[in-house]
Amino acid sequence: MNNAILSSGWSWFVIIGTFGSLLYFFLLLYLNRNISNPGKTTGHDYDGIEEYDNPLPAWWFWGFLISILFAIGYLIYYPGLGNFAGIGGWSQVGALEESQEAADARYGPLFAQYGAVPIDELVEDVTAMRMGRRLFATNCAVCHGAAGTGSEGFPNLGDALWHWGGSADQIKASIASGRNAMMPAWETPLQEAGVKEVTEYVMQLAGREADPALAAAGQAHYTLYCAACHGADGSGQPMLGAPSLNEEVWLYGNSKLRIEQSIRHGRNGRMPAFTERLGADKVHILSAYVMSLRQDDDEDGDEPEETEQ
Amino acid sequence: MTDQNSGSSESTLKTIAPATTAHSAYNSGFYNYGFYNYRVVHQFSIMTVVWGIVGMLVGVLIAAQLAWPALNFNIPWLSFGRLRPLHTNAVIFAFGGCALMATSLFVVQRTCQVRLLSDKLAAFVFWGWQTVIVSAAITLPMGLTTSKEYAELEWPIDILIAVVWVAYAVLFFGTIMKRKSQHIYVANWFFGAFILAVALLHIINSLALPVTLTKSYSVYSGTVDAMVQWWYGHNAVGFFLTAGFLGMMYYFVPKQADRPVYSYRLSVVHFWALIAIYVWAGPHHLHYTTLPDWTQNLGMVMSLILLAPSWGGMINGIMTLSGAWDKLRTDPILKFLVVSLSFYGMSTFEGPMMSIKSVNALSHYTDWTIGHVHSGALGWVAMISIGAIYHLIPLMYNRKAGDMYSVKLIDLHFWLSTIGTVLYIVAMWVNGLMQGLMWRAVNSDGTLTYSFIESVEASYAGYVVRFIGGSIFFAGMLVMAWNIWKTRELALSGNHGSHDAHEMESSSHASKAGSDEVLA
Repeated sequence: MNNAILSSGWSWFVIIGTFGSLLYFFLLLYLNRNISNPGKTTGHDYDGIEEYDNPLPAWWFWGFLISILFAIGYLIYYPGLGNFAGIGGWSQVGALEESQEAADARYGPLFAQYGAVPIDELVEDVTAMRMGRRLFATNCAVCHGAAGTGSEGFPNLGDALWHWGGSADQIKASIASGRNAMMPAWETPLQEAGVKEVTEYVMQLAGREADPALAAAGQAHYTLYCAACHGADGSGQPMLGAPSLNEEVWLYGNSKLRIEQSIRHGRNGRMPAFTERLGADKVHILSAYVMSLRQDDDEDGDEPEETEQ
Repeated sequence: MTDQNSGSSESTLKTIAPATTAHSAYNSGFYNYGFYNYRVVHQFSIMTVVWGIVGMLVGVLIAAQLAWPALNFNIPWLSFGRLRPLHTNAVIFAFGGCALMATSLFVVQRTCQVRLLSDKLAAFVFWGWQTVIVSAAITLPMGLTTSKEYAELEWPIDILIAVVWVAYAVLFFGTIMKRKSQHIYVANWFFGAFILAVALLHIINSLALPVTLTKSYSVYSGTVDAMVQWWYGHNAVGFFLTAGFLGMMYYFVPKQADRPVYSYRLSVVHFWALIAIYVWAGPHHLHYTTLPDWTQNLGMVMSLILLAPSWGGMINGIMTLSGAWDKLRTDPILKFLVVSLSFYGMSTFEGPMMSIKSVNALSHYTDWTIGHVHSGALGWVAMISIGAIYHLIPLMYNRKAGDMYSVKLIDLHFWLSTIGTVLYIVAMWVNGLMQGLMWRAVNSDGTLTYSFIESVEASYAGYVVRFIGGSIFFAGMLVMAWNIWKTRELALSGNHGSHDAHEMESSSHASKAGSDEVLA
């Protein structure tokens, strides 16, 4: 790792400044080492305070000196003197890469053996699922919660609703490449009145209590602006990550205020991509673990519609 | 003037305020027309206690919020993110700042044997500084912040700080210029270094482009911004919280112990070493970041060298007590001063140790850092300030130095402070080590053993203990306020006795300090 990020002028500035300071500390100690008059005061009197002319304590003197010597040795071995990289060849990025390579060599095969197992089978593998849970705790829990139950803006992974599709391949694609949901802001085309009307209609779609007149007005806006993604019947579109609006599952809060806010300002749901960070094998195991989080074992996506009817 | 326990003190009063009682002297502007300007010292001393109580109360609240998050009551102004900077600003700049201004303006007059350069300037510094503090107390809960740690205040307040600070510098150095003594006492070197360095640090770090009255952007960006911020941040510790309070130490320890300073030579060497080396240490706050390797490593070795100069002050303070150790049995003010030096020595050993990169990899971002800061802030800064205020505030009321209403209450305060500090820092050490170890623990497959939230759950007990420790320390401040209030009442009623005077061994230093008033 090349550390040469300073121009040579600045590099010399750092080197001279460092040694200049170390020399200053040394001289400060050296020149004051023997000047004293133990047990006598200096003769000054400040508001009744006098000062003894005692020498520097020897252990303090030598401790100070040793720390200066240590600094010189350290700066020869490690980078510190501007662009001089140190004779030890150490750099923090180098040290990181080294430990990552060592970890990959040691743990890589453990994960690789599961990389080839189909996800459906992996779900049944207790050891793999234990690994998956640890990976989930480190990488996913911060947004989706320790149990995968999600929170505002972060989907619950334990329910039957999958914004981007619930098949093994779709889940794996979500983790590997990330997802970027884009709900535009409708404030301008709809105006404030329109936002309120669409809100009522969306609530009606979900089977909630809504003002019939406003909802009726909202339907026209819905068909024009919303149906393209959320579907004419509000059943959503997993290809676009457009959530179904028919169920009592509200990613950004279920209050009227929150729904209005979503319509007015739009939403940007972003799931990061993990392949580069974790590697394909860990993503594979994680996908299986996320599959295993589903509370219902029914993999038939029709179920929500049935409950609605 | 009924009490006769000190003849010299009596004559003092006559010299300064002839034929008046303490009561009328107080009301007739004694402070402005005496030899020294004690008015500003008195004002800053009182505000030290007031802001100490306010700042620590906010600290106790946010400590409680970390254990029981519901205590923010879902009110934005009470949320942790807004109150935490209010706490740090209140205890560092309001409590610590007022303590430094009170003691520096007191010490510079007494050791130079002259009155302050200008009473008007002194009043401006006092009211200006209080305006800064009140502005901070309003804007920070509103969420107005530059987001720079310990430099959160927005640009109009920053400008006011700079103006007040320059006035303070003129007042302090102007007083030194007209001194009657030939030399400048070591306490004043430290106060002087603190004033100059803080001006430099504040102005350079706060440079920003304003966009509105309440919003500005730093002129620095990225890693440079971080480095400038921590050059400021660490030297705020070095010059505000160390050099300034060492100035306090160099006056009040020898004065209260009535002993000469241990070594003049040591004070020269450790002063010049300390101020030269602190400015290098900032990068240790940015270990293992985008800061270049050379900067991190240089910051680390310089932080190690810093140990000896830091300890120079502790050695000089503690060795000053040789021959006077027996006074610790009877004088709780001296106990405050000596224990503060012990905490100072402990945290200035801990600091260099934590700056070692491999130690920092464990300690950084954990509660250990919070514990380290508070062993300095509670143990050193607060306790030496408290000792100093107990020494000087009776002088403001025409009493002998350290002659408070109740010595027993000072002793109670001492134990509350010590126990509170120890509980606080031990809780944070345990939490910090636990968090650091939990975050790096790995399973046999290389995955992390614990998720972050598990380390938060495990920290709960430590958070509760920290809250208890902080509350105990806070209770001590209330005791102090009560004691000062009663001392003032005694003075106003013209009673020069003390609540438990019969229990207080009349110590030579007290009357000596009082007799020095004759200088006037």
